[in-house]
Amino acid sequence: MIKRHLPFATVAVIALVAAPLLLEPFRLGLLAKYLCYAIVALGIGLAWGQGGMLTLGQGVFFGLGGYSMAMYLKLNEAGPGGLPDFMVWSGVEKLPALWAPFASPVFAVGMAVLGPVLLAVLLGTLVFRQRVRGAYFAILTQALAAAMVILLVGQQGLTGGTNGMTNFFELFGQDLADDSTQRGLYLVVASVLGILYLATRQLVHSRYGRLLVAVRDGEDRVRFLGYDPALVKTVTFAASAGMAGLAGALFVPVVGIISPALLGVVPSLELVVAVAVGGRHALAGAVLGAVVMGYAKTAFSEQFADGWLYLQGALFILVMTLAPKGIVGVVGRLRRARTT
Amino acid sequence: MLELRDVQVVFDGFRALDGVNLTVPEGELRFLIGPNGAGKTTLIDVITGLTKPAGGSVRFGGLDLVGRKEHQIVRLGVGRTFQTSVVFEELTVIENLDLAATFRQPLWSLARRRRGISEAVEQALTRTGLEDLAERSAGVLSHGQRQWLEIGMLLAQRPKLLLLDEPVAGMSKDERERTGELLTEIADDHTVIVVEHDMEFLRRHASTVTVLHEGKVLVEGSIDQVSADPRVQEVYLGRRKAEDAVGNRP
Ligand SMILES: Nc1ncnc2c1ncn2[C@@H]1O[C@H](COP(=O)(O)OP(=O)(O)OP(=O)(O)O)[C@@H](O)[C@H]1O
Ligand SMILES: [Mg+2]
Repeated sequence: MIKRHLPFATVAVIALVAAPLLLEPFRLGLLAKYLCYAIVALGIGLAWGQGGMLTLGQGVFFGLGGYSMAMYLKLNEAGPGGLPDFMVWSGVEKLPALWAPFASPVFAVGMAVLGPVLLAVLLGTLVFRQRVRGAYFAILTQALAAAMVILLVGQQGLTGGTNGMTNFFELFGQDLADDSTQRGLYLVVASVLGILYLATRQLVHSRYGRLLVAVRDGEDRVRFLGYDPALVKTVTFAASAGMAGLAGALFVPVVGIISPALLGVVPSLELVVAVAVGGRHALAGAVLGAVVMGYAKTAFSEQFADGWLYLQGALFILVMTLAPKGIVGVVGRLRRARTT
Repeated sequence: MLELRDVQVVFDGFRALDGVNLTVPEGELRFLIGPNGAGKTTLIDVITGLTKPAGGSVRFGGLDLVGRKEHQIVRLGVGRTFQTSVVFEELTVIENLDLAATFRQPLWSLARRRRGISEAVEQALTRTGLEDLAERSAGVLSHGQRQWLEIGMLLAQRPKLLLLDEPVAGMSKDERERTGELLTEIADDHTVIVVEHDMEFLRRHASTVTVLHEGKVLVEGSIDQVSADPRVQEVYLGRRKAEDAVGNRP
């Protein structure tokens, strides 16, 4: 029992105690950002690694969460009756009806999770019932990410267009520029990730998790065991969407911006690559991949901005051909080699 | 219990089933034979909802099965295996059986870990003789063991009607023998339809046999009646002998 939880406990202590003490605020902020991505990656690990649904559009759900949160922050700053700054600049005179309920933080955070879940349920019901799967499902989700960007960019007055929304100053009465607020936010992100990780791990080890693997490996056979694979997939896809939405909501106060460029096709793909690199069949691999690739991106883009994209592509091909189980798989193999 | 009336299946103009009538009373062990392409698998596909018939009716326990989804038909108590066995290789033998056994539970209740072994799984394990392999992953099983696991998964579901598509294909002599005994045992308290080619196997274990040929029921009767029928000898046995002579079939 203790041995099984030791790795998780070690990582939790490092993340919750050591990191906030040792890292300077800028670095801690970066880590918080990667951990937000890691939450999305966890969902991808569940949907793709366990359930076999290659989702290339998690950015959509991340974006829904991010925009919900951003709308609340903007309205909070504008105050009662006020308009968000970008609306004033683009000549909007009256607050759009869609925006009004987001003045409530409870509604905004609720929608950040519920919005993606509902969209995923809708999509899953339509798509999985028709037995759309594999590459077709992947392309469909990618198209959704592309469509989302077009939608956001086109609605300048409603969404801030290409620039998205930025200039957030305050969250629940706390100054967002303050180091202590950022440290608090980091702790919230790390805790949310930890809790979701444990919950997802529990799910994967449950009977439902076995069923999910069975659906991945033999959907038709599962049908003849009396289960409805479409339902199993929809539920799982919705869970991963909810995680992405929550990650988006956390991302906005941490990073201070949400824009179409952060949730389109490329960022969605980058996260899938990260999960593959970390190891998609293990939840820890997904989380690890997101953090490692986050750091790698920051380090490389500082030197050669364009090179990163190619490097990432090359890395993806390398991993898929040489080490399909990713970093986790390689580490596991090394460990076994040492003990035998 | 199972009643098919004038069932028609058409694939791109080709009549795979051309007016099949079949009645299988409760508790019977029925063998279904016929040359390659006779429509045996298609018949099972129609009963289990995988293939929609172009005409005719399929009734099971008084209910019409046509138009129901596969998993709904399973829930009515109809289980099947496939010609090529499909077990979940990444799961252990127990997990495979457990997955089969829990299909009636609501989805949310599966979010808990499995603790211990349920009665249905225990019984399926003993009946199929897979106790010693219970904790092994299904991927390491031999061909014969996989077939037994599949039958075990069916048993764990406690169906009323079992449809087995060539369960002994590719098995060794010993394995066939064991499977035959297993089938007879299962038939004690289930209705079973078995698709099978092997004549010797039929002689040993079959009671009633239905011969399918070109999408139609050719003859039905005891194994002796059927194998003595000249039409059967012509379309099926004769052909099989010819095939055996050139070594097409094991
Ligand atoms: N999905 C399909 N599309 C088109 N034709 C099909 C399809 N499934 C089966 N057929 C055809 O229908 C006929 C009956 O096939 P079926 O698989 O039922 O035969 P079978 O009796 O099970 O034969 P075997 O002994 O080889 O398993 C065959 O001629 C086959 O080619
Ligand atoms: Mg067949």
